[in-house]
Amino acid sequence: MADPGRKRACIVGIGETKYGRDKGAAHTNLGLQLEASIKAISDAGLTRRDIDGVMPFQGLANAEEIVANLGCDKVRFAATVAMGGASPVGSLALAADVLAAGRANAILIPAGWAAFSGPRTRELVLDPARLPGGVIANDYYFPHGYTAPMQWYAVMAQRHMYEFGTKREHLGAVAVAMRKHAQLNPNAVMRGRPMTMADYLASPMLADPYKMLDCCIETDGAAAFVVTTEERARDLGKPIVRVEAAAAAQPHPADEITNRKNIFETGLGRAAPEAFGRAGVRHADLDFAMIYDCFTFELIHQIEELGLCKRGEGGPFVEGGRIELGGELPINTHGGLLSEAHVVGMNHVVEAVRQLRGDCGARQVANAELGVVTGWGDFGDGSVAILARG
Amino acid sequence: MASLTAVGADEIGSKGTGDEFYAWCARGELRLRRCNACREWCHVPRVTCPDCASTDWTWEPVKGTGRLYTWTVVHRAMHPAFMGDVPYAVVVVELDEGPRIVSGMVDCPIEALEMEMPVEVVFERSDRWGDRVLPRFRRTAGGPSGKAKGAR
Ligand SMILES: [Zn+2]
Repeated sequence: MADPGRKRACIVGIGETKYGRDKGAAHTNLGLQLEASIKAISDAGLTRRDIDGVMPFQGLANAEEIVANLGCDKVRFAATVAMGGASPVGSLALAADVLAAGRANAILIPAGWAAFSGPRTRELVLDPARLPGGVIANDYYFPHGYTAPMQWYAVMAQRHMYEFGTKREHLGAVAVAMRKHAQLNPNAVMRGRPMTMADYLASPMLADPYKMLDCCIETDGAAAFVVTTEERARDLGKPIVRVEAAAAAQPHPADEITNRKNIFETGLGRAAPEAFGRAGVRHADLDFAMIYDCFTFELIHQIEELGLCKRGEGGPFVEGGRIELGGELPINTHGGLLSEAHVVGMNHVVEAVRQLRGDCGARQVANAELGVVTGWGDFGDGSVAILARG
Repeated sequence: MASLTAVGADEIGSKGTGDEFYAWCARGELRLRRCNACREWCHVPRVTCPDCASTDWTWEPVKGTGRLYTWTVVHRAMHPAFMGDVPYAVVVVELDEGPRIVSGMVDCPIEALEMEMPVEVVFERSDRWGDRVLPRFRRTAGGPSGKAKGAR
């Protein structure tokens, strides 16, 4: 390992609610997160009084209400990482440092929302004041009808297709792989609704090149995980899932998507070499990857930013079942944001832990020992964690 | 199309530099912020110059010409203010001076969009997001034409 003296953190507990799309559901963001949190704490073999740190997701619930409801009376660390969908893995990176510094012993990271039965994601972005770089979006994006994540990222995908010959079928291969994995996952919202490339090609165009089936789904649900020191984790008697290294970074400029000198440079491009360097592992050692798949091209883009292939080669990388179970590098074995649920990337962390514990049943990657998880948020913030079976 | 869902100017008002930028557009001029200390262009406008930290700016005219760097064609509006406009193109134009600007096209069917196509600015009033005169782009007359090489 690259820095053997460093104290590593372990993920010792995971919890998820049922993921669903029921219009009549009476879910609240807080209620869903509390349910997932209680499951995660219990899964860790801990009690509420052991949790002394909490890192909630920006805008979905605050630390005070979470710990008050859970009855956590020993909290001494509370912080929120504001990187949109990159926050869960970004929080994990910060939690590992906080644990190493002794500022907390057991940190709860919850997130989730009633994004189907409550205000839809698409409604939350109607007000530019809620967006990263909100004044910029208000003044220079919205007047031209450039109002939603699907449209912001579509221009990157379009340019990538032009510069590198990335094909429509490459985007489709991502959508099809995610849907295929979801068929093996009892908690996936798209289980029982298989999809072929022909289905994908026939789906309606929303923001070229993005069709409806290029887009993540809006769902109700929450997930949580508990992180502690390796020493403590060993006492708990659970299978060890160790954070070998984690990092996060922002692109420049972070608040404006079109004026980056290279439009394809995102935060992950700098976070990934840092994490792989500190972990002392090679890409070839990975058994799986969980990649934040808000839209199909973003998964291809992050394959490149992770360094799994060169810039421009992400399209061919996803061809021929390479990212499917049984392929060279299975990606998002749970079905991802595209076909399991949109739990702001929390579900990617949970699935990685499950793979490393060997608890994935029909979708288990044989002998999974090392995996990578990414987060993508706002206008290209990136986060990455390399996890290993201990 | 009548914009039943246009958003009133009084609801929109800029908290940044938008009012200054659009005041120039209303006079038929495309001007971007340029740093008086290091002479770098800066779009979108900022408080301090990201290149040298100066706060000494001039709104300097640009030629208004550039090329189509990328785009998306919106077939389903995600904001109600634009539902009457679909399909419409959101384009990113790389200006000859360097900065890129988000805009839209006039007199250009969506099938005619081509990467690297030369374009020039025109000004068009819109009430979709506030009531503003916007810089939009049209194909440069007599500009070269060629098929985009990206597979679609
Ligand atoms: Zn300057």
